Parts: sequence; C-alpha cells; structure tokens
Amino acid sequence: MRKSTAFFIFITANLAVMAALYIHSLTAVSKHPVFKKEIKEIAEKLRLTDLVLSTDARYTRHPSQADLFSAFQDFPGSIEHFPTGSVIPPPDFSYMRTEIRIYGN
Amino acid sequence: MAINKHKNILDYTLQSLLRRKFKNTGIILVFTFIIFAVSSIILLSYSLKKEAGMLLKYSPEIIVQKILAGRHELISTKIKNEIMGIPGVSKVEPRYWGYYYDSGVRANYTIIGIGVSGIENNRLIKGRMPSANEKNAAAIGREIADARIIKKDIGDSLNLQNSEGRWMEFKIVGIFESDSEILTADLIIISESAFKSLVGMPEDTATDLAVRVANETEIPTAARKIKELFPYSRPILRDEVIRTYDAVFGWRSGLILAMFAGALAAFIILAWDKATGLSAEEKQEIGILKAIGWETSDILEMKFWEGLVISLTSFMCGLILAYLHIFLLDGFLFAPALKGWSVIYPHFNLAPFIDFYQIAILMAITVLPYIASTIIPSWKASITDPDTVMRG
Repeated sequence: MRKSTAFFIFITANLAVMAALYIHSLTAVSKHPVFKKEIKEIAEKLRLTDLVLSTDARYTRHPSQADLFSAFQDFPGSIEHFPTGSVIPPPDFSYMRTEIRIYGN
Repeated sequence: MAINKHKNILDYTLQSLLRRKFKNTGIILVFTFIIFAVSSIILLSYSLKKEAGMLLKYSPEIIVQKILAGRHELISTKIKNEIMGIPGVSKVEPRYWGYYYDSGVRANYTIIGIGVSGIENNRLIKGRMPSANEKNAAAIGREIADARIIKKDIGDSLNLQNSEGRWMEFKIVGIFESDSEILTADLIIISESAFKSLVGMPEDTATDLAVRVANETEIPTAARKIKELFPYSRPILRDEVIRTYDAVFGWRSGLILAMFAGALAAFIILAWDKATGLSAEEKQEIGILKAIGWETSDILEMKFWEGLVISLTSFMCGLILAYLHIFLLDGFLFAPALKGWSVIYPHFNLAPFIDFYQIAILMAITVLPYIASTIIPSWKASITDPDTVMRG
C-alpha cells in the first residue's frame, strides 16, 4: 500500500473516532442528570448557591459567598495555603483608575 | 494527474519523515501531549461552567449577608419585613447553614437547617428529608455516607458535637443519590431547630437571607434598595454567583492560565526550534531535490505536508485522548488539582459539553503556526542556489 493511502486511512479513522465521540457527547448530554428537574428542584428548594468542587476551605467550597479578601483570611499578606486556591482567580480589577462618584443623602 | 503528483509528494514526505523516525516520533509525542493537556482543560472547564450556569440559575435571586468588620456575620431575621416592603420582592427566607469539621475523618461538611423542604418526592433522594420540627433526623450527601469510617446508610446514626461539646445523635433518614453529587456531596440537611441547637445560633438570627424577586429586571434595583436600607449588608446577586463560576472556568481562569501557560511555553520552544533553522541534513536534502529538478513550489508543498502530517496527527490524537480522559475516565489527572486537601469531593460525572469555538481556536494557534514554522525556513533554503545549500 502507498504510504499516502495509509496516511489518509489513518486520518479518516481519526475523523471517524471523533465523529463517534461527538455522537457520544450528544447522547450523554441528553441523558445527563443536570437536565433532570429533580436536581434543579434541589438547587431551588434548598437555596444552594455553589457547586461542590472542593471542600478544603470555606472560600473554595462557596466561592460566591466568600469574604472579598477571603483567600488571605488569616492576616493581610499571608500566603495562600490551600492548593485549590490557585484555581480560583483573583477578582476583576478592571474598574481601577475609573472615577467613582459618591452621592450623599 | 494533478492529484497523483500531490500523492507522490506526500509519499516522499512520509518516507522522509520515517527516515528520521525517532526525532519525528518525539515531536509528535510532545505535540500530542500539549494538545491533550490544553484540550483537557478546555473540555473540563467548559463542562463545569455550563453545569454551574444551568444549576445555579435556580438559586435565589439575591442573598443578603451581614458584614461586620469586613467579615460575614449572622444577620437579624427581623429585617425580613422591611425587605418584603421593597417593590418587586416576592419572598424573603432566612438560610441557616454553616460548616462542620469532623475531626474523625478530617473532613468539612456543609450543614443546612431547613423548615419545610418542599422536595419530599424527589427521586434523587433515597429515603426522605427531615421534617420541619424533627430534632434528630438528617439527610446526607452520598460522599458523607462513604467518608465516615463505617459506611452509613438509611437507619444508621450520625453523631455531631454541638457548640457546648455535647454529642447530638441524628438518625439518617435520607441519602442524596449520586446523580446530584455536584450539588450535594458534602451536605447534611437537618431541621432548622436542630441546626440552631447544634451550632448555638441565637434566636432571630440566620446565616443570611434569600430574597426572591419575581421580575428579573428588578433584581439590581431591589439589591440597591436593600443596600440603602441596610448599609452593613452585602447583597450577592445570582448573576454574580454565576459570574464567579464563569471566572473560575473562563479563559482567564487560574486553572487554564496556570496549565495553559506552561503548555504554550513548551509549544513555543518547539516551534521556535523549528523556525530558527533547518538541520544540515534537511538543507542538504532540499539542495539535492532542487538539483534533480524539483521546483521551489514542490519543496514548499513537501514541507507543507510535513507540517500537516505532524500537527494534524498530534492534534487529532491529543483531542481524542483529552475527551477520553475528561468524560470517560473522569478527568483523573486534573481532578486532584480541584480536590486539593478536600476529604469530601464529588466523583465527577461531567456532561460532555463541547465548545467548538474553543477547539477551533486551539487548532488555529497550534496547527497553523506549526505548518508555518515548517514552511518558512524551507522556503529560505529552497530559493537559494542548490550548490550553496548542499555545501551548507
């Protein structure tokens, strides 16, 4: 067999595997529990605000509810000591150097 | 005829690549690994981001926390009526929740105290939820059931130490099924009164308040009014909650940035090494091909095929392996980064959402530059006189 033919067969086989994985993703997504009304009901009725991704620190268990400077909660300037802390990015500072207006009563 | 010419050049290219099989196999392996690492992050983070967005859109529109000296503090439930008076607010419910460190298994649990749960007939709960005034009943997350030294099941008991040091015994009446783990893995649900006596929470206080606003457009106004009425409060909007997860799993996230930066640096070194010059052997090959009558365009086509064979093979293999890693093998290589020191963590059963836009970008920033970095130095060599090139 010519080498170019073997290469095209290899690429076609890869494309076939990718197509099969895409079909797998479509069927798996449609059957996934995230679409079940029961899990939505749990989130709504228990008034949950965060996913259980890490439970090693308060601010990684509930990143949306944490103090604004919770990554340095022990004392200012203390280094981050939970590994998952490196996954949580720093806050958005894009508002810096913009004018802030304060309206009194 | 024309196609046959291209096939002949491809045949020659593959033969040429096989002559340097150790070098080229090495490049394909490194390239595949880089694509695998970056695609895994893209698939994992996009899937988690989609799941977070789909589930958390059912969380309360506004959470009102009390802030004291920069820290979260218990909030008075007496302000409920004043918040109810704000136009647009349809419901204000206190949330009773906190953490419990179990020194036996060195795990943190999230404990929630509830009134009437409203999820009595939920198929994702084996058993039932504790009723409003039940003192000694608990529903627990699947991972807590597995994390205690002896596996727990319905009918077993769970002992927790209260704020006065006394042990409280809870009968397990329900266990969340594994399909809900992403939300419930570490939860212990007990009644509101049991929660208050467990943690010693004073009367008329709650952890925070959940505010329901019927009309989506009125949420920011309601939050602003809450802040005006109670300057010590911190209203957290549902959009902010979802944005937090967008940030965690977005392009600029710590997870992607940390891993992507390393992979990108490795790829740049690889491409730079290729782009800065050809080896003496490769130059000689180009010179000989020119001398036996190959056109410059033929040599460029050969180099194009060379770049395409290596980069496309690596891209496809890397992408397929990444899919298998994240969605069929539960992301076992990356999961430890998220788990950190957690004792309790969910077993990821991610929904395989695929973002074709991100995959296309990944292809554009890896395959195309690699082909370019293969062609450009060869173009320089192929326009030089063959005799000069062969002599080096």
